[in-house]
Amino acid sequence: MTGTRLDPWVDSYAARTQGMTASEIRALFAVASRPEVVSLAGGMPFVQALPMEQIAATVSRLLTERGATALQYGSGQGDVVLREQILQVMADVKVNAHPDDIVVTTGSQMALDLVTRVFCDPGDVVLVEAPSYVGALGVFRAYQADVVHVAMDDQGLNPVALAEAIAAVRSSGRTPKMIYTIPSFHNPAGVTQGPERRTEILTIAQREGILLLEDDPYGLLGFDGEPPRAIRADDDQGVIYLGSFSKTIASGLRVGWAVAPHGVREKLVLAAESAVLCPSNFAQMTVSDYLATQPWREQIKVFRELYRDRRDALLGAMDQLMPAGTTWTVPAGGFYSWITLPQGLDSKAMLPRAIAALVAYVPGTGFFVDGQGRQQLRLSYCYPDTDRIREGVRRLAAVIESELDLAHTFGTTHALADSIGQVNPAPDIA
Amino acid sequence: MSLSVVVLAGGLSAERDVSLRSGRRVAEALRAVAPDFEVIESDLDGRLLQQFADQAPDCVIPLLHGAAGEDGALRDVLDCAGITFVGASGEAARLAFDKPVAKTLVASAGIATPASVALPHSMFRELGAAAVLDVIAEHLGFPLIVKPTKGGSALGASIVHNAEEFPAAMVGAFAYCDVALMERAVIGTEVSISVIDTVDGPIALPSVQINAPGGMYDYNARYTAGTTEFFVPARIDTDLSEAASAVAITAHVSLGLRHWSRTDMIIDADGVCWFLETNVAPGMTETSLFPQSLAASGFSLGEVAADLVRLAVSGR
Repeated sequence: MTGTRLDPWVDSYAARTQGMTASEIRALFAVASRPEVVSLAGGMPFVQALPMEQIAATVSRLLTERGATALQYGSGQGDVVLREQILQVMADVKVNAHPDDIVVTTGSQMALDLVTRVFCDPGDVVLVEAPSYVGALGVFRAYQADVVHVAMDDQGLNPVALAEAIAAVRSSGRTPKMIYTIPSFHNPAGVTQGPERRTEILTIAQREGILLLEDDPYGLLGFDGEPPRAIRADDDQGVIYLGSFSKTIASGLRVGWAVAPHGVREKLVLAAESAVLCPSNFAQMTVSDYLATQPWREQIKVFRELYRDRRDALLGAMDQLMPAGTTWTVPAGGFYSWITLPQGLDSKAMLPRAIAALVAYVPGTGFFVDGQGRQQLRLSYCYPDTDRIREGVRRLAAVIESELDLAHTFGTTHALADSIGQVNPAPDIA
Repeated sequence: MSLSVVVLAGGLSAERDVSLRSGRRVAEALRAVAPDFEVIESDLDGRLLQQFADQAPDCVIPLLHGAAGEDGALRDVLDCAGITFVGASGEAARLAFDKPVAKTLVASAGIATPASVALPHSMFRELGAAAVLDVIAEHLGFPLIVKPTKGGSALGASIVHNAEEFPAAMVGAFAYCDVALMERAVIGTEVSISVIDTVDGPIALPSVQINAPGGMYDYNARYTAGTTEFFVPARIDTDLSEAASAVAITAHVSLGLRHWSRTDMIIDADGVCWFLETNVAPGMTETSLFPQSLAASGFSLGEVAADLVRLAVSGR
C-alpha cells in the first residue's frame, strides 16, 4: 500500500529544486514583519523618504500621455531612453558605455540570473566573497554552479586568497567561470574595496581569463566623498557590471540593468526574451520620467544622510551595549554591518531567542553555501528609525548575554544541525 | 442562522507563518460552505479587543499556534470579554499545552506515556550541565527526544542518539522555551488521531500514520509537501486502531478539551500506544494532519468548522 506525500509531482522535480524546502528560519522571519519586532534583518530601502506626490504625478502623467506605450510590451533589451539615462547614473561611478551595451532587467537580481544562465553549466565554479549576497548564492545554486567562497579582509575580497582559490579550483580539474564581487558597501560584510584592491582583483581576473561580475547596487550610497570608481570603469571587456534603481529610487519598481561586452549582451537579451519577453515598460518609463523630471541626485543625497544617521545610531548603540567579545564592521555606505559574536556563540541557534525578545537579524550562515558564518550575523540599519535601532541593539545585546549564559552552562550554543534548518530568506530579508 | 465569525491567526509566536496558513484555509473553507456566515480574518494585535467591542462577533476561532494561542492566555481573555470561541477553555488549553503536565494527566487516566524529565535551564546551571545530563542519560537511555515543554511544529525538537549530541539538543530546545522535556524515544509507528466533538459526544477521526524521512517529523518534514509519506488510515490492524482512537478520546476528555484536538502517539512493536502530546489548535495547512483525517472521514473542513461554531454558539 502506498501512502500520500501530498504532492503528486514530488518525483518529477528537477535536481536543482533540492534544498527548496520549508525552514524554521523562514518561519521565524514571518514574525519579524510584525511591528512589535525591531527588524534589523531586512534590507528594505526606506522608500518612505521618496517624494510620493511627485512620483504620483509622474505616474499619472505617464498613463495620461503615454499610457498605450507604458502598458504595452516593449523591447527585450529595455527602453532606449532609459538606457541613455542609465549612462548618466553610471557616470558617477565612472562607467563609460554605449546605450547598446545595456540590458535593462527586472531588478539586478534578474541580471544575475541571466548572466549565470548564459555562462554556467552545472559544476562550473563561481568564486564569491566569504560571505556573499544571499540572493546571488540562490541563483548560483539554482543553476547548479559550484560556489567557492574566498576570504575577505577589511578591504573586501582578498587578492591573495583569490589567486589561491583559482589555483585550487583549476588543480581539482574544475572550471572557474566567474568571480562575483560586491566592491562597494558590501552586502552583508559592510566593507568596501579601495582603488588599489580593485586593481589587484581586476588584474587577477584578466590574467586568469575569468569573467568578473561586479554587483554595484549601493555604489551611490557612500556616506563620505565621491562614489567609489567601479571596476568596470577600467575594463569594458572582462567585466559585467550590474546596477539597480532599487536603492536609489524604489525597490518596488524592480528596475535594474547589466552592462556587458557586445557578444555577451546579445546573449543576455536573447535569454531575457526567453525568460520574460521584456522588462516592464510601465516600470521603466516611470523610472525614466522620474530621472528626467525629478532632482534624483538630491534625493540620493537625502537617502545618504538618512542612512548615515541610522548607521551612526547602530554603531553608537553597539559601542555602548554589546557584550565584550562582540565585534563588527564599520560601513562607509550602504545598508549593513557584519557582526561577529563572542567565541562559541551560534547566530542561527540564537535566532528563536532573539525573535522571542522582539528583535530580528539574519544569521551569518545564510551568506555562505558551506556552513560557515555560525558566529556571524548581519544587521541592517536601512529601515528602522534611529530610536528603534537603539532599542533593537539593546534587545539583541540582552539576547547575546543570555546566550553566553547558555554557552557557559552547556559548553556550546550550537544546536544539532538538523534542528534549525536552512537559512533561505525571502526577498524583503535578502 | 446568520453568524459573524472571526478567524484569529498569526500572533507573535514562532509558528506565526503556520498559523496564518491555517487561518486562511479555515476561513476560506467556512465561506465556501456557510454563505450565511460573515467570516472575518484577524491577527492578534493591540486593536483586537476594540475590534471585538465594535463588531461583537458571535464566535471566534482561535487558530493561533504556539504561545498565547494555545497556552490558554488568549482564551482566558476571550472568556473575560464574554466572547464565545471554538476550542478548549483557557484552563484546559493551559494543561494540554504544557507537555509534562499533559503527560501526567493522561497517564493518570491509564494511558502509557514515555518516561521523561522536564528541567529548566537554571537547574543545569546550578548543578552543572554535564553531571545532570549524565544522570538523565543513565535514567532514560538513548535514543531520547529533547523538545521545549511548550510549543509545537517540532520547533527546537531533536532526537539524541548519544551523549555527544545531548548538549546541542538542549541548546536547541532552550532557544524556544526555558524548560526542556527529555523523553525516552519509543521506536514504532508514529500515529496522529484527531478528535471532534459532535452533539453526541467526541468522535475520533481516521488515524494518520506518519513516515517522515529519517524518522524525524521536523519542521521541514511537516511543511514541505512531498517530504513525508502519510497513510490514512494508519496501516495498523483493527484492534490497534480502536485502541489508538480510544487513547485520543481519553486524552481529549481527561485534559478537559472541547470541540477539536489532535493527539500524537507512537505505537510500539508490542501494540502499546504511547501518548506524546495533544494539540488544542491543530494545524490546518495543506500538509497538516487534521485536514487529512477529515478528508478521509468524508467530512469537509468547512462543514466541521461551521458545525463547531454552531456548537460553541449553542453553549456546548
